[in-house]
Amino acid sequence: MITSLSWLKNHLSTKANLNQIAERLTEIGLEVENIKSSNGNLDNFIICKIIKSQKHPNADKLKLCEVDIGTGNLVKVVCGAQNARDGLFAVYVPPGAIIPKTNMKLKVAKIRGIESFGMLCSGYELEESSDKEGIIELNKKEKNIGDKYFKSSGEKIMDIAITPNRPDCLGVRGIARDLASSGLGQLKKQSPIKINQKFKQPIKVSIGKEKDQGCAIFGSVYIKNVQNKESPDWLKKKIISLGLKPVSAIVDATNYVMFDLNRPLHAYDADKINKEIIVRNSKKGESFQALDNKKYTLQNNMCAIADKSGVLGLGGIIGGARSGTELSTKNILLESAYFYPSSTRKTGKILNIDTDAKYRFDRGIDPNSIQIGLELGMCMILDLCGGEASKFSIIGKFKDERKTINLELEKFSKVIGFPITSSEIKKILSSLGCSLKMSGKKIKVLAPSWRPDIKEDVDLIEELARIKGYDKVPLINPEKGNIKDTLNYKQKLFHFSQRSVASKGFTEAVTWSFTDSKADVLFSELKNEIKLSNPISSDLDVLRSSLYSNLMISAKKNIHRNFEDLMLFEVGPVFKGSKPGEQSTMIGAIKTGKYSRKNWIEKERNFDVFDIKNDALRTLNEIGIDNSKIAVSNKTKKWYHPGRSGLLSLGSINGPELAYFGEIHPSIIKRLDLRTENVLGFEIFLDNIPKSRKKIREVKPQFFVSDYQKVVRDFAFVIDEKYSSGEIISLVKKIDKELIKTVKIFDVYQGDNIGDGKKSIAFNVMLEPKDKTLSDKDIEQISKKIISTVQETTGATLRS
Amino acid sequence: MENFNQIESDLLNKIKGISDRNALDSVKTEIFGKKGIITELFKKIGSLDQSKRKEYASKLNALKTKVIEILEKKLVDFDQSEINKKLKNEKIDITLPGRTYFAGKIHPVSQVIDEVTSIFAEIGFSVEEGPDVESEYYNFSALNTPENHPARDMQDTFYLDRSKDLLLRTHTSPVQIRTMLKSKPPFKIIAPGRTYRCDSDQTHSPMFHQLEGLHIDKNVNMGHLKGCLYYFVKKFFEIEKVRIRFRPSHFPFTEPSAEVDIGYKIQDGQIKIGEGDRWLEILGCGMVHPNVLKNVKVNPKQYQGYAFGVGLDRLAMLKYGINDLRAFFESDIRWLEFYGFDPLDVPTNYRGLSR
Repeated sequence: MITSLSWLKNHLSTKANLNQIAERLTEIGLEVENIKSSNGNLDNFIICKIIKSQKHPNADKLKLCEVDIGTGNLVKVVCGAQNARDGLFAVYVPPGAIIPKTNMKLKVAKIRGIESFGMLCSGYELEESSDKEGIIELNKKEKNIGDKYFKSSGEKIMDIAITPNRPDCLGVRGIARDLASSGLGQLKKQSPIKINQKFKQPIKVSIGKEKDQGCAIFGSVYIKNVQNKESPDWLKKKIISLGLKPVSAIVDATNYVMFDLNRPLHAYDADKINKEIIVRNSKKGESFQALDNKKYTLQNNMCAIADKSGVLGLGGIIGGARSGTELSTKNILLESAYFYPSSTRKTGKILNIDTDAKYRFDRGIDPNSIQIGLELGMCMILDLCGGEASKFSIIGKFKDERKTINLELEKFSKVIGFPITSSEIKKILSSLGCSLKMSGKKIKVLAPSWRPDIKEDVDLIEELARIKGYDKVPLINPEKGNIKDTLNYKQKLFHFSQRSVASKGFTEAVTWSFTDSKADVLFSELKNEIKLSNPISSDLDVLRSSLYSNLMISAKKNIHRNFEDLMLFEVGPVFKGSKPGEQSTMIGAIKTGKYSRKNWIEKERNFDVFDIKNDALRTLNEIGIDNSKIAVSNKTKKWYHPGRSGLLSLGSINGPELAYFGEIHPSIIKRLDLRTENVLGFEIFLDNIPKSRKKIREVKPQFFVSDYQKVVRDFAFVIDEKYSSGEIISLVKKIDKELIKTVKIFDVYQGDNIGDGKKSIAFNVMLEPKDKTLSDKDIEQISKKIISTVQETTGATLRS
Repeated sequence: MENFNQIESDLLNKIKGISDRNALDSVKTEIFGKKGIITELFKKIGSLDQSKRKEYASKLNALKTKVIEILEKKLVDFDQSEINKKLKNEKIDITLPGRTYFAGKIHPVSQVIDEVTSIFAEIGFSVEEGPDVESEYYNFSALNTPENHPARDMQDTFYLDRSKDLLLRTHTSPVQIRTMLKSKPPFKIIAPGRTYRCDSDQTHSPMFHQLEGLHIDKNVNMGHLKGCLYYFVKKFFEIEKVRIRFRPSHFPFTEPSAEVDIGYKIQDGQIKIGEGDRWLEILGCGMVHPNVLKNVKVNPKQYQGYAFGVGLDRLAMLKYGINDLRAFFESDIRWLEFYGFDPLDVPTNYRGLSR
């Protein structure tokens, strides 16, 4: 909402200056976002300098310019003009601004894959010349950068952010009332009008009796023999200051009233109405040409303002071109009506229209403002264009559902923390338009018709608190008592695991919860992808079912910038279904490229499966699972290399899944165009990590060290290749759990001199006796047992 | 009696002439071997007259000790000179880099979540969570957001399936509802998490992070809210003095509602929080609307309290001077390494939030 000091003074007698008023508005909840010159939209046009201009990577005729607009940051703008070049001073306009020539609102747009934040303007677009081809070339200096291109004139205006609960402040009078209530002046009385309205409004108006009729009241006045014209300067300036374009005296007057009283009006060219006005529900397929030059095709049950020939406009939203006023218009019908918020909202949503009027009806117009709207609109038009006005015709009825609110004096201090007197309550609430009945500490309040937001006592308490000032609220220091533990087990695990993985050298990424369905499907076992109805772009169209999709996409972007040795991870949700709670928490980590690259001290080598296996295992260890509880198997998922991946599970290979790890399937690497030969990854199912039964504070088992010498013996077997090292290790360990401390593989060989389908495997066994030094005989005995067990179980032969 | 002085000087001469370890070993044998000079002298003790024996033995022992001492010193000298010789040849270019190691980083958002958790833990808040996918009921209706409220518009909310009314939560406030439904008052919780809105430009990203706060008890008023947030802002920005402004605002789920601004200034192109005459909005808050309490079966006549919601990404940007919100989620390794935190930098209230 935009207003100025002079406009406010039409409603408020005050000695306060603009800054005092702006400060007070913010204090009472009408936040002044900025104070600027009244050039309206034109202030957005800024003198800039093109720092760098290069060819758009995806389009020959476009340029990508880095532009200095005086804010310290360079802005990227895509530009089609051939004269855009380094060092040129030009006119820049940011997204959100309206281009004078086209009246179109500029948006951040992706142009051939690159986002353009704003535009460099041509003379044509600024309505300064007919040159459409090139951008304006300015003869300016560095110090001009950031200056406004259009010279400002006139007084300053305030841009006020109005929260959706305050429709009354979408008019200047509402703002003035709040200011008066806060003690910054007095609200002026509206003087009664003295117009001689002799004849009856000649156009018949009817409101349909449908159940969901969107119009409650339709007021109108007929003004004949007007002389429409350009608005006088004062009105034009006001209209421009609102960011609107002056059209004609009649249209500008209706807009003025809308912003002055939050009372939308609409003017019809009466001669273009076919016989009568019929407010009725639309029928599917009806269409009309609206004042925004677009044709709208209606659904059933939209609130249509029609005549005998069809739809003229949509009630409370937009008028039609067929009955629009022009400079040649002689007779007009001025409408002041009440449309239900639910009606304008629904219709606007379906047809995707937003107008200043709809914005106001959506939030709730004062149903008692029909008459005053007609009065002010009529007076202005008569003043500006002459003519003769009819009597008012007001038909329909609005059911007033306001209820008396009981307010108890103590409730205020109970909620707000400081006391208030009943005389203060009376003063504040009545200045806001409430009617009060006081009886001791009980107060009965009826809110004014322009405040649909005031429904119960807390709403009144808020009014009192904001007018008294939130700075009066005392500051009560927080107490330090705990109701329960700060983090539960899962939450501790989450935070700890982030740091655990990062400490292995991985860099944490936080990526979207949504991803590209084309990538997601590669890592998904879901039957149906979880689609968004309204994705922000087609490559973010599904909820992710794995952390890998976004990590791969991130890796790809980095690799394509030649950062090819990467370790990335994320801890976060993945989705299994589209219902609340159908999600689980995962750790996903990937590494790609080389462990070491061309280096004087180390051999160059790629990251490999055993790097990622270690990362996964160590992370599991750190989050509380002992290696002895982790079983490794070659169970895998379709997105891994089938021969170079595995599963870590709890207890046994059929136990709960803790993590998958391995090399990502080469065809996926290719499909995603990662431009690397190897990507390794692990996924840990955090939800499957059991709560440790051990507590740190618990006593540890007795510490035991053997005083006797340990003994290490080497063994080598030729064995069928189907046996995994893991199987051999657990086989040997089981032979004597007390004596055999570790079994360590030190060589695995397959090839020449070993038979087909066989491999040689060498390991050493560490024996740690507890009660005596091992004799040669003892060692001999256990060695024999190891050899015979391996041979008998696997058919291996001892290798000499 | 032997002339021990003579023997000593002979032996010392002999030792003096030794030039390497081998020679030292053979001299040692010559002196202490089976038929060594000193060994032989010891053998004589038995045949000596009782009267001379004591003096002889003591002189011989003194000689033995001295010779051993000198020999040992010689040995140490040889070892030392050997090491010195070796050291001369063992010079490397110490400026050469060492072997590869990997240093990971924690994302600024994770760091800030740990920081705020640590701060609120100290004043008795515990952490709650909720799902990212929500129903309209939890995200809007239960939070007193009417059917036709602008926040429900398609342009703000990601929907999964319009007919089922499922959406990605637009704020962390549904966690309030879930927390209050599953338990009984009092409640004192924070809920950090991912939130989503259909918005993408330089200052908005379709996903961002919020921290929800909720404190419901019998006598919690707006003064407690103010005290809590003052405490939080001071702790978080690690500054003693801070200017904070509570400004009336509107949220459907709180009444009265407020937005909180924090004072700042720009100094040498950098934002300085806490000082200066400019205001920056950092959070929204208010007293929980009685309708919200009714929706979760908490009696608003008995219980009341406050709630607040803070943008965590924005807090991270302000505290650590990060300019572009969208870069948070682009996973550019250079950005992550530049703004990321060492995994050992765990924010705690006893060691401090940041180094």
